[in-house]
Amino acid sequence: MSHEIHEHDVLVIGAGGAGLRAAIEASALGVSVGLVSKSLLGKAHTVMAEGGMAASLGNTDDRDDWKMHFRDTIRGGKMMGNWKMVEIFAKEAPDRVNELEEWGALFDRTEDGRIAQRNFGGHRYPRLAHVGDRTGLEMIRTLQNHGIHQGVDIYMECTIVELLMDGDRIAGAFGYWRESGKFVIFKAKAVILATGGVGKCYRFTSNSWECTGDGQALAYRAGASLVGMEFVQFHPTGMIWPPSVRGVLVTEGVRGDGGILKNNLGERFMFNYIPEMFAAETADTVEEASRWLEKDPNARRPPELLTRDVVARSIRAERLAGRGSPHGGAFLDIASQRSPEYIKRKLPSMYHQFKHLGNLDITKEPMEVGPTCHYIMGGVLVDPETAGSDVPGLYSAGEAAGGLHGANRLGGNSLTDLIVFGRRAGQYAAEYAKSLKSSIKISDAQLKQVEKVAIAPFEDSGKENPYQVFQDLQSCMELNSGIVRVKSELETCLVELEKLKERAAKVKVEGNRHFNSGWHYALDLRNLLTVSEAISLSALHREESRGGHTREDFPDSTEKFEKVITIVKEKGGKMTWKHEPKSEMPEELKELLA
Amino acid sequence: MKEVTFRVFRGDKEKGELKEYKVPLSEGMVVLDAIHEIQATEANDLAVRWNCKAGKCGSCGAEINGKPRLMCMTRMDVLPMDKPVTVEPMKRFPLVKDLVTDVSWNFEVNKRIRPLKPQPRQADGTHRMMQMDVERIQEFHKCIECFLCQNVCHVMRDHKITDFIGPRFLIRCATLVMHPLDTENRLRELKDDFRIGYCNITKCCTEVCPEEIGITDNAIIPLKERVAGAFYDPLAWLWRLLTGKKADQRT
Ligand SMILES: Cc1cc2nc3c(=O)[nH]c(=O)nc-3n(C[C@H](O)[C@H](O)[C@H](O)COP(=O)(O)OP(=O)(O)OC[C@H]3O[C@@H](n4cnc5c(N)ncnc54)[C@H](O)[C@@H]3O)c2cc1C
Ligand code: SF4
Ligand code: SF4
Ligand code: FES
Repeated sequence: MSHEIHEHDVLVIGAGGAGLRAAIEASALGVSVGLVSKSLLGKAHTVMAEGGMAASLGNTDDRDDWKMHFRDTIRGGKMMGNWKMVEIFAKEAPDRVNELEEWGALFDRTEDGRIAQRNFGGHRYPRLAHVGDRTGLEMIRTLQNHGIHQGVDIYMECTIVELLMDGDRIAGAFGYWRESGKFVIFKAKAVILATGGVGKCYRFTSNSWECTGDGQALAYRAGASLVGMEFVQFHPTGMIWPPSVRGVLVTEGVRGDGGILKNNLGERFMFNYIPEMFAAETADTVEEASRWLEKDPNARRPPELLTRDVVARSIRAERLAGRGSPHGGAFLDIASQRSPEYIKRKLPSMYHQFKHLGNLDITKEPMEVGPTCHYIMGGVLVDPETAGSDVPGLYSAGEAAGGLHGANRLGGNSLTDLIVFGRRAGQYAAEYAKSLKSSIKISDAQLKQVEKVAIAPFEDSGKENPYQVFQDLQSCMELNSGIVRVKSELETCLVELEKLKERAAKVKVEGNRHFNSGWHYALDLRNLLTVSEAISLSALHREESRGGHTREDFPDSTEKFEKVITIVKEKGGKMTWKHEPKSEMPEELKELLA
Repeated sequence: MKEVTFRVFRGDKEKGELKEYKVPLSEGMVVLDAIHEIQATEANDLAVRWNCKAGKCGSCGAEINGKPRLMCMTRMDVLPMDKPVTVEPMKRFPLVKDLVTDVSWNFEVNKRIRPLKPQPRQADGTHRMMQMDVERIQEFHKCIECFLCQNVCHVMRDHKITDFIGPRFLIRCATLVMHPLDTENRLRELKDDFRIGYCNITKCCTEVCPEEIGITDNAIIPLKERVAGAFYDPLAWLWRLLTGKKADQRT
């Protein structure tokens, strides 16, 4: 077959923080590296991250250290995080942040000129290195401008449709150029999936069109295991009005910098929802919370900074009790807490966003906010040290990979995850590629099969509009597999997903392959269906509530389920699930959790 | 519900025209919402770039009623809606299809700029920089690479001069030249390779920048002054005389 072919030792799929960091590392080890992304360089979802990246530099409060970061991350993840990953993460985070500075990142400074750190939900001390509220932009631009000089071959606006195999090991990937619609084959000894999240499964999300769970679905179809897919984070503060911007994120930095949540009676309701696990470290009076804002080291943190799962559920409960804001959320008020100058300096892009899109001046009025789908804690099951999946040659890092964040991710821990495990994935993929002696082969039959799938939307006699199926899938997930779940709805969801799969198979696309958005949607749909099924199936079988997984029929966390992780894997063309015992944390680490 | 008429460019390198679509207006709607509506209903294959829908990624630049803007940040209520709203691709770059243009030239230019070469760390392992000093360049780091400034700059738009790197990359050079840690001298290449001299401070770039970066006043003019200062160019001397500005002291 005469397709365009490129050959690399390591192919990185995804050019967000994780993919860029992986490519830089692999290249530094002397192997040939290709980097593929669906959008232009520098536009990946990472660019949208706002609040900051967590690392226990101890610059703003010197009581902080990796042990504290470890503790907060495990507890914030409701005990479900893989302890080995969390340990590596907490220990390596400061070096990775300092490295970004070496490559040109300009973080906000402390008075003595070091990297300043800000408070965020679930972090005991101010821990987030940041640049105002556009930290993701700083990260991606820094990595991008460093990466283009490292000899990495970059393939922009190219979408990978399927991974290619040589027996049971990785042999590369098959994709198409978004512009021409032409197919392209990447031969590679190792592949790193750094494709980001799955937010587009839901109607209201802070995620961009790219977040269709491609990496998780590609890995699944290649025979890899997915872990913890039931744990989806709904961020408590998304914009909810006007409709055009529903779902767009309002950074947690607003609360970190003093913003408070109120219901329609003007009550600061979070004081009524403090879980026992966090009672000892949370202020229980307005007076104490105000002292914390004034930097009294003995005051405990305000309840608005409880973990995201807790805050999202509380806002929902207030709405159900009839105390919600006019459009069904809560009021987030920083205007009454900080001066206009302070707000504009610390939260410039929030100020801008509300002024332009919401016709609202956040230095004068409260914002209206409500939960929005934000992040998936689950993902490709990887080895904590090497980021390798259970398919030889297949690695994964960043949001596409699972395990680090357990049942709930702390704000600021994702950006750090990208650089800590992005680097490791790059390193170990390069080492694996070097160690492979025999050459890899890709069968023609395999290529023919993938090609058939890719052009099916043009040839089929079907009549379905891809956009319509896409929207129906989102509504189905929101209704049946969203923030609060129940057995009957999850079962309905799985049945509905089967019907949607049939409809997706009959999608019909107009026009030709030249930059055809309809076709792109049709192919993304396939991945979205796979991850939606994985989320719903995993959610159905975890009969408890924990972190980002809330069951109305099983409202408590249980010891039984604390011991197991959910694994999803393909067997004989069907999605199967099992619960596996979680690996036991060593005693010396357990002691840190107190 | 009120309807708005859109005239959207449809076509490719060979041929194209403005096509009319009617879109129902909803509260708070932005131009990108309308484009998505058209895509989902009447024109599935309409090509458009976007990512964040919140003015953060710089993907959705276009010319709306002839003015370069981000589609996701242009609310319908700032446009006159009694007339059709025209949406066209950026004119300076080669067309790919519909609203998508080939901006790859920008990525090539960026590769020509040498990366930061920082001085060694302090004994305690840190780099010390004062907020005041970083703030000045943090402004330039706000750039979302929408390339709207590159699109309007007449040096490239009208005179098709492509060895001039354009406003976006002049501010990137400015971040490096003004970076407290950088140890490289970049002035000669600014003059000879990046051709800063072509810029005649029309400020069109600053006017369209959605991030409201002071491209000309805060980046290009100080750079020009440093270049002039370094090479004792009599023309630059005259230019300083005319603009009444002193050479920057902080080189
Ligand atoms: C609004 C917002 C604010 C946030 N703020 C913070 C914060 O303050 N702190 C924090 O720690 N986290 C934050 N997060 C979360 C964090 O930004 C993301 O989890 C993280 O950026 C994901 O990075 P990534 O590298 O894994 O993937 P992404 O940045 O999502 O990149 C994915 C890449 O994969 C490519 N790709 C995907 N599929 C394919 C395919 N099939 N073929 C080819 N390429 C493909 C895409 O084109 C893209 O380049 C925020 C998220 C959002 C939405
Ligand atoms: S000020 Fe200079 S860079 Fe900006 S548009 Fe005018 S000529 Fe171009
Ligand atoms: S400087 Fe402004 S206009 Fe130019 S690319 Fe950056 S954000 Fe866009
Ligand atoms: S879509 Fe990101 S700037 Fe418009």
